[in-house]
Amino acid sequence: MSEITRLSLSQARDRLQAGELSSKELTEEMIAAVTAARPLNAFITETPERALEMAQASDARRAAGEEVGVLEGLPIAIKDLFCTQGVLTTAGSHILDGFHPTYESTVTANLWRAGAVMLGKTNLDEFAMGSSNMTSYYGNVINPWRRRDDDTPLVPGGSSGGSAAAVAARCAFGATGTDTGGSIRQPGAFAGIVGMKPTYGRCSRWGVVAFASSLDQAGPMTRTVRDAAIMLEAMAGYDPKDSTSVNRPVPSYEAAMTGDIRGLKVGIPKEYRVEGMPEAIEALWHQGMEWLKAAGAQPVDISLPHTKYALPTYYIVAPAEASSNLARYDGVRYGLRVPADSLDEMYEMTRGEGFGAEVKRRVLIGTYVLSAGYYDAYYNKARRVRTLIAQDFAKAFEEVDVILTPTAPSAAFGMGEKMDDPVAMYLNDVFTVPASLAGLPGISVPGGLSPEGLPLGLQLITGAFEEEKLFRAAGVLETAAGFEALPKFLAGE
Amino acid sequence: MTESATATAPSDSTSSHSTTGHLVKGKTGPWEVVIGLEVHAQVVSHSKLFSGAATAFGAEPNAQVSLVDAAMPGMLPVLNRVAVEQAVKTGLGLNARINLHSVFERKNYFYADLPQGYQISQYLQPIVGEGYIDLDLPDGETRRVEIERLHLEQDAGKSIHDQHPSKSYIDLNRSGVILMEIVSKPDMRTGEEAAAYLRKLRSILRYLGTCDGNMEQGSLRADVNLSVRRPGEALGTRTETKNLNSLRFIQQAVEAETKRQIDLLEKGGQVVQETRLFDGATGKSRSMRSKEEAHDYRYFPDPDLLPLDLDQGWVDEIKAALPELPDAKKARFEDAFGLSAYNAGILVAEKETADYFEALIAIAAEGAKRPKEEVAVKCGNWVTGELFGALNKAGLTIDESPLSAEALAGLIKLELDGTLSGRIAKEVFFAMWDTGKPAEAIVEEKGLKQISDTGALEAIVDDIVAQNPEQTEQYRGGNQKVLGWFVGQIMKATKGQANPGVVNKILRAKLDAD
Repeated sequence: MSEITRLSLSQARDRLQAGELSSKELTEEMIAAVTAARPLNAFITETPERALEMAQASDARRAAGEEVGVLEGLPIAIKDLFCTQGVLTTAGSHILDGFHPTYESTVTANLWRAGAVMLGKTNLDEFAMGSSNMTSYYGNVINPWRRRDDDTPLVPGGSSGGSAAAVAARCAFGATGTDTGGSIRQPGAFAGIVGMKPTYGRCSRWGVVAFASSLDQAGPMTRTVRDAAIMLEAMAGYDPKDSTSVNRPVPSYEAAMTGDIRGLKVGIPKEYRVEGMPEAIEALWHQGMEWLKAAGAQPVDISLPHTKYALPTYYIVAPAEASSNLARYDGVRYGLRVPADSLDEMYEMTRGEGFGAEVKRRVLIGTYVLSAGYYDAYYNKARRVRTLIAQDFAKAFEEVDVILTPTAPSAAFGMGEKMDDPVAMYLNDVFTVPASLAGLPGISVPGGLSPEGLPLGLQLITGAFEEEKLFRAAGVLETAAGFEALPKFLAGE
Repeated sequence: MTESATATAPSDSTSSHSTTGHLVKGKTGPWEVVIGLEVHAQVVSHSKLFSGAATAFGAEPNAQVSLVDAAMPGMLPVLNRVAVEQAVKTGLGLNARINLHSVFERKNYFYADLPQGYQISQYLQPIVGEGYIDLDLPDGETRRVEIERLHLEQDAGKSIHDQHPSKSYIDLNRSGVILMEIVSKPDMRTGEEAAAYLRKLRSILRYLGTCDGNMEQGSLRADVNLSVRRPGEALGTRTETKNLNSLRFIQQAVEAETKRQIDLLEKGGQVVQETRLFDGATGKSRSMRSKEEAHDYRYFPDPDLLPLDLDQGWVDEIKAALPELPDAKKARFEDAFGLSAYNAGILVAEKETADYFEALIAIAAEGAKRPKEEVAVKCGNWVTGELFGALNKAGLTIDESPLSAEALAGLIKLELDGTLSGRIAKEVFFAMWDTGKPAEAIVEEKGLKQISDTGALEAIVDDIVAQNPEQTEQYRGGNQKVLGWFVGQIMKATKGQANPGVVNKILRAKLDAD
C-alpha cells in the first residue's frame, strides 16, 4: 500500500475530498509507516492512538457535512520543540524529562483546528542547537538517503532532522519545523524535501520551546512547494500571546502559486560564492537561474556586502539569547532534578547532567558575550552588524523580487563527521543564517543530486511578508527541476 | 534594583546642598551624610506585568500563578497596558519627563523564586526620566529632592525557609507582580529627610492611585544608599541597605549606617562598597554581599518584547486626567480657605484625610448656608483637633472613624448657628463618638441648647447681681475683673448653656446702669 504514503499532501487532500480515501485509512497507513521507519529514529514519541482518534473525528466531521479545514484528515508530524498538551515534550533534551505540557502551542493548535492529524513528535538537535541532529539526548536521526554505492549512514541535517527524515521517508505528509539559523531549510536540502521558513512574526512562537527568541520561527517541511503553502496557511496567523507576532491577514498561499513569474527579478548575490564550495552546488545554482530565466524571470547580479559577518554575528546573538532562555531549566519546577544539599549545587548537578555538550557550549558562549567588559565588543557589535545585514537585504529588494542561493555548502555528511570541529559544523548555516538575522522568509527546494547521488537544495529568499511571491517562484523552480529521486530508505517498502 | 543608578556623581542641584548644614559631629570633625533612596512600589493593578494572573494580597500560596509566571517552556510575556498607564501617571505626578521610547531588558541571575532565571526590567531606557518631589520640612522650609528615574519591572516570588528542616518552599503569587522602581538622586542629608521623602512619595502615589503604599504588606519598600564625606569633598564610598519597610526603619538604618561609616573612617578604616541587609529587630545591618561578589546581571533587551513606544497624545490625556496632588491641594486650602500652612499640611498628608475634610466643608457649608471659605477654618480645627485626638486615642484611621463627615458637619452647623457654645459642642462631640447618635439628637436629649433668649437670661442676671452685692460694689469701684466672676456664676447657673456673648452684654448693662 505504499501508493498511499507516496502521495503528496495535496494529492492526499484531493483524494480525501473526492471521497476516495478516508482519513482513517490514510492515518493507518502512515502509522504503519512510522513503525516501519523506526530504524531512522525520526520520532521521539509516536502517538498512534491519538492519530486514530483525530482521524476518526475528521471523517465524522466530513461525513456530517461540516466545514473542513485546509489540512482536514491529513496526518503530519510535529517537531518535539512544540508543546503539545498531554504529550511528552522534550526539546531533545534530558533536562525536560517527563515534561507533559498542560497547554498546546499556538501553531499546533492552529494545525489541529485546520483538521490535521498528529502522528507523533519528531527528533531534533537538543534545544534545536545543531545542524546534524547528532546532539539529541534521544539519539541521532539517520538520513533515509545514502550515497551511491556507499552504505555510510548520513545525518539528516538539523535541527529539524527528525521532521526532515520522516517526510523524506514517506512516513508523514508533512511536518512542522523550526528555523533559527537554517534548521528547516538545511535539513530540507539534506533530505531532498521542501523546507520553508516564514517571515519572523508570521507564526506565533507561543508554546514553542525557545532557543533564540529574536530568530526562532516555525515553518512547514513537506514533499512539495504546494504542500508547504497549504501547511503554512494553517500554521500562520497573529497571536496576541506573542508580542512579536505580526497582525496581518494570512492569504491563500496555494492560490498564489500561479506558475507565472514573467518579469520576476532574481538576485544572484556574489558573496554567496564561497571558497571550497563543491562544483556540483555551484553548477546547480547556475542551473537554477537558467530554469527561472526560461520561465521568464530576469537575473540580476547583486551584492550583500555584510554576508561574511553573518555567521559570527549569528553565533553571538543566538547563544546570548539562548543562555538566558535556558536559565529556566533549573530543576525547580519541572523536568529533571538532580537532588543536592544546596540550591547552587542542585542547579549545577541538574544543569550539568541535563544539558548536552553543544547546549553547554552555547550557554557558555552566550554568557560570555553578555558579560560585563565583553558586552560591547561582542553582543552590541553583533547587534549593529545584524542591522547592517538587514539593510543589505532591504537595499537588494529595492532592485529584485527574490534572491536565489544554494541552501547549504554541502550535501548530507556522514554521522560523526565535523563533530570534533564546531566551526566546521557551524559553516553549514552560512547560506541560511543571513535571512534569519534579517527576519526574512526563505525556502529550500530540492534541485538535483550531487555526484554521490545525494539531494541538493536551492534557496529562495524574499522581502518580509512576501511569502506569496516566494511560493510562486519556488513552485516554478520545483517544476523546472523535476526532482523525482527517492531516498534509499522508504518506510514500509 | 539598578545597583549602579545612584553611583553617579551628585547632580548640579545637589552640590548646593553640601553646604547647607546638617553636619554630623565626629570625633575628628564634621561629616556630611549623602543619602539616595531606591523605592520599590507595587503598582495597583488587577493583573501582573506580563500575565493575566491576579495580584490580590494574602491569597493561598501559588494560587495566583499563570504559565508565564511559572516560566513554563515556550511561554511569552505580554505587556499589561495598565502597568504602563500607572507608570506614566506616576511619572507625571513626580513632575518627571516621560520617555516615549523605552526598552524592557532581562536581568539575569539564578534564584529558586525567580522562575525565568531573569527578571524583566528596564535598564538603559526607562519609561520615566528625571523629576522631583518637594518636601515640607518641620521647620517650614521646603526641600526639593530630585528623581533620577522610574522604571517598570517584575517582582520575584517568595522563598519560604521555615516550613521544613532542610527544604525551602516557593510561593510564586508575587512572581511577575508589577513594580515601579523609583530612584532619587543623592539629595538627602538626614534620616528625617529620607523619611520625609518616602512619606511624601507615598502620599503622591496614593493620591494618584498607582500604589496603595502599604508598607507592612510590602507594597512599598526602600533601599537606602548612603555615604559620608567631609564637607566640600568628593562623594565617599556608598553602601546600599536593603528592604526597609517602615519609615522608622529608614531613620534607624540611616542613623546606624552613618555611625558605622564615620566610626570606621575615623579609626582609619575604609568603607567597602557593599549591599547590607537591615534587621528591624536589632536595628542593625549586616553585610550581604560586597562589590566583588556582586552579580553580573548580563542585561540585554528582552527579545520577547518589542520596545515600548508611547503616543504623546495618550500621555497628554493621562496628564489631563490627573487628580489634584498634595502640593496643589495644600496651596488651595491655604489660599482659598485661609487655613494655616500647618493645618493645611496635616490635612493633605493622607488622601483619606483630605477627602474627609473636603466632604466635611461641603456639607457644613451647605447646612449652614454659608460659603465654604467661611466654614473651612472651623472644620479644619475640628479635624486636626478633636477628631484626630479621638482617632489617635482609639488607634483608628480616618476611614474607620465612628464619626462620618456628615455627622461632624451636623455638629459644626449647630456651633455655627449659635445653638451650641464651643465648650458644649465638644461635649456633644464625645457623646456622638460614644453613642453614634447625631448631634441634634444629643442636644435635644440632654437639653444642651444654648440660652440666647435675652428675657430669660436677664432674669438670671438680675438674680445673681442681687445675691452678690459685695462683688457688685467691687465692680463699680473699678475692678473690671469681677465681670468674669459674674459670667462664671451665670454659666454655672445655666449649666454652661448661656450664650456667653449675650450674658456679657446684659451683665455690663445691668452693672453699669445702676
